Amino acid sequence: MTETLIFIVAGTLAATVPLLFAALGELVAEKSGMLNLGVEGMMATGAAAGFVAAVVTGSHTLGFLAGAVTACLLSCVYAILTTIFLANQVASGLAVGVLGLGVSAAIGKNYEGTTVDPLAELNLGPLSDIPVIGEALFEHDIMVYLAIVAAIIVWYVLQRTKLGLIIRAVGESPSSAHALGYPVTLVRGACVLFGGAMAGIGGAYLSTAYTPLWAEGMVAGRGWIVVALIVFGSWMVHRVALGAYLFGAVSLLELSIQGLGLDIPSQILSASPYIITIIVLAVISRNPALILLNSPVSLGQTFKASN
Amino acid sequence: MARYRLEARTERSAAAPFLVTGMAILLTLVAGSGLFLIYGKSPVAGFTAFFIEPLQSAYGIGEVLLKMGPLLLIAQGLAIGFRARIWNIGAEGQLILGAIAASVLAIYFDGSTSWLLLPAMVVAAMLAGMAWAGIAAWLRNSFNANEILVTFMLSSIALQLLYYLVTGPLRDPMGFNFPQSITFSPAATFPLLIEGTRVNVSLLLAFVATVLAWIYMQRSLPGYKLVVGGLAPQAALYAGFSDKRAVWVGLLIGGAAAGIAGVGEVAGPLGMLQRNISPGYGYAAIIVAFLGGLHPIGIVFSSALMALIYVGGDFARLSVGLPSAVTTIFQGLLLTFYLASALFLQYRLRRVDARPPVQAAAAEGAG
Repeated sequence: MTETLIFIVAGTLAATVPLLFAALGELVAEKSGMLNLGVEGMMATGAAAGFVAAVVTGSHTLGFLAGAVTACLLSCVYAILTTIFLANQVASGLAVGVLGLGVSAAIGKNYEGTTVDPLAELNLGPLSDIPVIGEALFEHDIMVYLAIVAAIIVWYVLQRTKLGLIIRAVGESPSSAHALGYPVTLVRGACVLFGGAMAGIGGAYLSTAYTPLWAEGMVAGRGWIVVALIVFGSWMVHRVALGAYLFGAVSLLELSIQGLGLDIPSQILSASPYIITIIVLAVISRNPALILLNSPVSLGQTFKASN
Repeated sequence: MARYRLEARTERSAAAPFLVTGMAILLTLVAGSGLFLIYGKSPVAGFTAFFIEPLQSAYGIGEVLLKMGPLLLIAQGLAIGFRARIWNIGAEGQLILGAIAASVLAIYFDGSTSWLLLPAMVVAAMLAGMAWAGIAAWLRNSFNANEILVTFMLSSIALQLLYYLVTGPLRDPMGFNFPQSITFSPAATFPLLIEGTRVNVSLLLAFVATVLAWIYMQRSLPGYKLVVGGLAPQAALYAGFSDKRAVWVGLLIGGAAAGIAGVGEVAGPLGMLQRNISPGYGYAAIIVAFLGGLHPIGIVFSSALMALIYVGGDFARLSVGLPSAVTTIFQGLLLTFYLASALFLQYRLRRVDARPPVQAAAAEGAG
């Protein structure tokens, strides 16, 4: 029993890392009014570039860096389309998503089947020696903890700093923010790029630490679950983070149930994250006050300064 | 110093849509050349393999027409929803459900020679596609659930449902455990349209859908209401056009078209239900719809182009050795460049003098 518990807690913490990094990035982008649906493609690009970099250099740090930079470059396409060319945000996100899937397949093609050493566990000394708790919580790689730190920083910046206030103002009313002299396009662009880099880190974690290998299509819908997570969390950092951990746990469900030897078709288990997403989405969205009060008012709208 | 400024067009330009699409294709070709060079292939050889070779043989042209059918059909359905700002990105799942429903009939009535079987399969596929898209419409209208996310998730679920069925209930019992159904009997497959190719009668359904889409969008009041709802939601509400109705109509039409595309595959080139029934037609059709300017006639051309990219990608892989990722990148580039170029549908670049505005105004007043 305790072993199952340790497996679930420890597994959830690791499975959540890619979701949480990408979700924090997307949350910041959406807070500024930018709905980037290309998360799946950005994560895939980050995963491919991160994996190749880690294999070639042997350094996980460079892997994460490569993943962040490549996905960030991809998010530039979205930022340019929506801010300079005033393109529809939904369509631009889809374009970036398709581009990302293609680019990731091209980058990773010659590295399919290669493996890389998984990220080393952090040595937390006496903490790791605590029975049960130590095994469940304190025998992880550094990214498991950095994801939590990132969530706290994002919360702090959005809620407690002037920068966060500007981002939220831009997301609520770009024209008012513009009239007050804030550089709306710059803020929105920077938030999108931050979202791209974070999605890239999340993707790189998948390919260099979680799996660790590169296979085409390995992101497997996580990018879309990330977009859904923002709605689940009604644009609040702590709720988005909580949702990410819940979905991390759901993704373990498949493994756990198979381990129990129950006679459930594997396809039902594979479909379960999507079924749960739809149900939770419907339940959360049902309360219009929650959505209307918390979603950035200008989310999805292009902004053109009227000079 | 002369500067240029974006200026909103006051009236629609007739030439702009053609220029915009042409510009998008041109930019894709330029970026594509770079892509070929990265792979160490000459752009000329690459483009010849991609866009010329498929059109040099009856086989190649047949394959292009074969792939054009589902793309054209699905994109017509999606474009109607997109114009109403209903974002159905799950046509792939609706296609799968259509294929499953049609296959159930084909398998249950195996051996039947009735001419009614094929039409019944088409109707079943259409209804199944509508039902799958209808889930998203219902969740959006009753629960306010975002249809972009729901339609995508439903596609992933549809794929798992297909995997379950072809390895279980619908598997050919004599098929050595291959994940596929029995081969459909002739009464359950579309007759060939062009001998010597794989092009079948289902292509005609796509053109019928095009005519219907054109009448609906350009000539009917319901279509007009839908478009107004997309362009100016407040105005539509004021005029009494129902928002919820638009959600239903937008999604159901898309689902119906995708469902029929599904039967076109299983009762067409495949002749059975199997794990791979579509090379991403449902997703590529989104690009087709945009590239065609969300206009029924434009979509005919954009679907032909996308079909050529699909077939050209296969040719380029075999003759020049380009990986299949290039096809996906091409699709992404086309949509990206189209969206960038589309700025000039609503704006134009206007040269402005560097003189201060006051002087300029004074000069205009004097003139």
